Amino acid sequence: MSQLGPVFVDGVIYSAWLFIAAVGLTLVYGVMKILNVTHGSFYALGAYAGASLTGAWLAKGYAPMLSYAVLFGGAVLVALVVAPVIERGLLRFMYAKDEVVILLVTYALFLILEDVIKLVWGVNPYFVAEPYALLGSFEVGGLKYPTYNLILVGLALALAGGLAWVLRATRVGKLLLAVIHDPEMSRALGVNVDRFYLVTFTLGCFLAALGGSFTAPTVSVVPGLGVDVIVLSFAVVVIGGLGSLPGAALGAVIVGLVRSASVHYLPQVELFVIYSVMALVLAFRPRGLFGLAEPRKI
Amino acid sequence: MKKLRLATLGLLAAALAPAGVLAQQPVKIGFVMFLSGPAASPFGVPAKNAADFVVEELNAGKGPAPYGKVGFGGSKIEMVAIDEAGPATSVVTEYRNLVQRSNVDLVIGYISSGNCLAVAPVAEELKKFTTFFDCGTPRIFEDASYQYVFRTSSTATKDSVGAALYVKDAKPGIKSIAGLNQNYAWGQDSWGDFELAMKVLVPGIEVKTSQMPKLFAGQYNAEISALLGAGADVIHSSFWDGDLEALILQGGPRGLMAKSMTVLTTGETAMHKLAAQIPDGTVLGARGPFGPYAPDNAYNRWFAKGFESRFQAPPNYASYQMAQAILGVKLAWEKAQDASGGKRPTNEQVGKALEHMTYEGPGGTVRMALGKGHQAIMETAYGQTKLVNGKLTLVNVKRYPAEVVNPPEGVKSADWIKSGFKK
Repeated sequence: MSQLGPVFVDGVIYSAWLFIAAVGLTLVYGVMKILNVTHGSFYALGAYAGASLTGAWLAKGYAPMLSYAVLFGGAVLVALVVAPVIERGLLRFMYAKDEVVILLVTYALFLILEDVIKLVWGVNPYFVAEPYALLGSFEVGGLKYPTYNLILVGLALALAGGLAWVLRATRVGKLLLAVIHDPEMSRALGVNVDRFYLVTFTLGCFLAALGGSFTAPTVSVVPGLGVDVIVLSFAVVVIGGLGSLPGAALGAVIVGLVRSASVHYLPQVELFVIYSVMALVLAFRPRGLFGLAEPRKI
Repeated sequence: MKKLRLATLGLLAAALAPAGVLAQQPVKIGFVMFLSGPAASPFGVPAKNAADFVVEELNAGKGPAPYGKVGFGGSKIEMVAIDEAGPATSVVTEYRNLVQRSNVDLVIGYISSGNCLAVAPVAEELKKFTTFFDCGTPRIFEDASYQYVFRTSSTATKDSVGAALYVKDAKPGIKSIAGLNQNYAWGQDSWGDFELAMKVLVPGIEVKTSQMPKLFAGQYNAEISALLGAGADVIHSSFWDGDLEALILQGGPRGLMAKSMTVLTTGETAMHKLAAQIPDGTVLGARGPFGPYAPDNAYNRWFAKGFESRFQAPPNYASYQMAQAILGVKLAWEKAQDASGGKRPTNEQVGKALEHMTYEGPGGTVRMALGKGHQAIMETAYGQTKLVNGKLTLVNVKRYPAEVVNPPEGVKSADWIKSGFKK
């Protein structure tokens, strides 16, 4: 019983990280119907940008507390530099093509960006450990946790709440919902769908980069960092239902808690527990927990 | 007609050329290591750097005696470096290309145990002298016998047995252990050998938990909580690369290494990069007497100083293993060349010369003692970290002779451990 506290805390921390890493993937799919494999590269780029910029910031002797703002700035920079080039320069020419073609295009981009990362940063690891230990720690069930983890949880909650508010309570959000529901009809009614696509793709890129940037202080940033993230993110959004923001949140919570419980109680099954949950959900709800059947257009 | 005359003259010239002239043709060596992917940074690139440095030095005739002769027996070395990344099938295809298209004389390479297991039978089929320099699985020469395949580094068994002996000495009265290892062959074998060795050394020892996360999972909060909760006396981990570094970065601030004596069998690869983050008392291994555990001999002074001045970073254990592989093959080549009256030796002759050879390198004595003379054994060492004036040092260093941490010839590693390390 004494393990319940740590199981819950570990599950929540992992869920928060998963949600930040995966929410951009489901957002881009929901709006643009693109299963964006490049999402993993955006995550890796965010991690590299976060580690490089924060490392430079701390090396200059600037205020360590502002390193969190630098991590955030790194993600913004990646999104503003990379996403518009990819969306305007390549993806917009693909929208009329089949979803599978776009999937392959984003996969090709993923491979290219992996090499670009190696060209820019090389193969040696980057570290920026300071922000992880800077805020001290808290205890649950006698176990110490760095307070930095609470930043991840807070960030995930802020993103979930912020996105829900934008979609439900703002004019832009309502227009975006209209684009999600029917882009052709939205275009016919005067909505600038192309601009929504650009903004959504940039936002998706930012969210992935934010996940990478805020993960950088806890890991060594090395080539291939984005590979596993894309697989995990895909599992999360499939469980929740492709394109559903509440689904991504619920998927992340389920995966986080189930994985944490398996690590604590039955580590032998940890390797496949996430995919077992995914298989189980898809067996009963093939479109995921929040996935809706698509109306057929005639 | 003129062409025919020229060709005939050419053939005659070749036939009449003194053996010494033919021996001067460059020796083309295929080097295979990870140049991309997660294993490139900790192993592949340091190994490639070592190959670059050693080949350059040998070609300039600057190696310490008995490695002072230019290249291999007077012939300069020509490097062909290829990437080991990719599935085993493509690694085998690349190996075939190296042998059949690039026509290399010898091959030195392979970091992944899976790749070594896949390449060994192909090397035998193609009759190409191939030396593995880093991969750890003992199965290569325990499950098969080869004429053309060698390994100049010792197996992973030595790392696990050495770690078990060290913690038994360093933690008297140890009652429990726990593990955190990657869920694939290397992690499973390393933990299996360590657990078995501990059960033999400390009968009745309790295994609190064995965590086996996926390779490159990156996030280990839950595993660290489980290990902290288990409170074992000793934690064993064979994590490497980003996983090793993530464990140090995530486990250090949570007091994991302070609560349980933590053995990181490949920890040496992280010690220079994360010096300030590795908590005092962490037990670091270097897969043998390499890096901080290397002896103060002429070969190490030549290699470590030359490497560091060229690459502005100290060599790690993968660098040492590459260096000693090249030096071992060089000695075998020259021994075979001398035996054949100065003629360029065949792959068979080089292989025969390397069998059962004992030689000195930057990591100390290498003895080709197992696998019918094809598998090296070496001593090993472990020590605990201590940060002194911002510099990571190793204290309580203990060395274990090769015979103590390696099985005898003809006995499988697991059987040897189970038998209570019987000689």
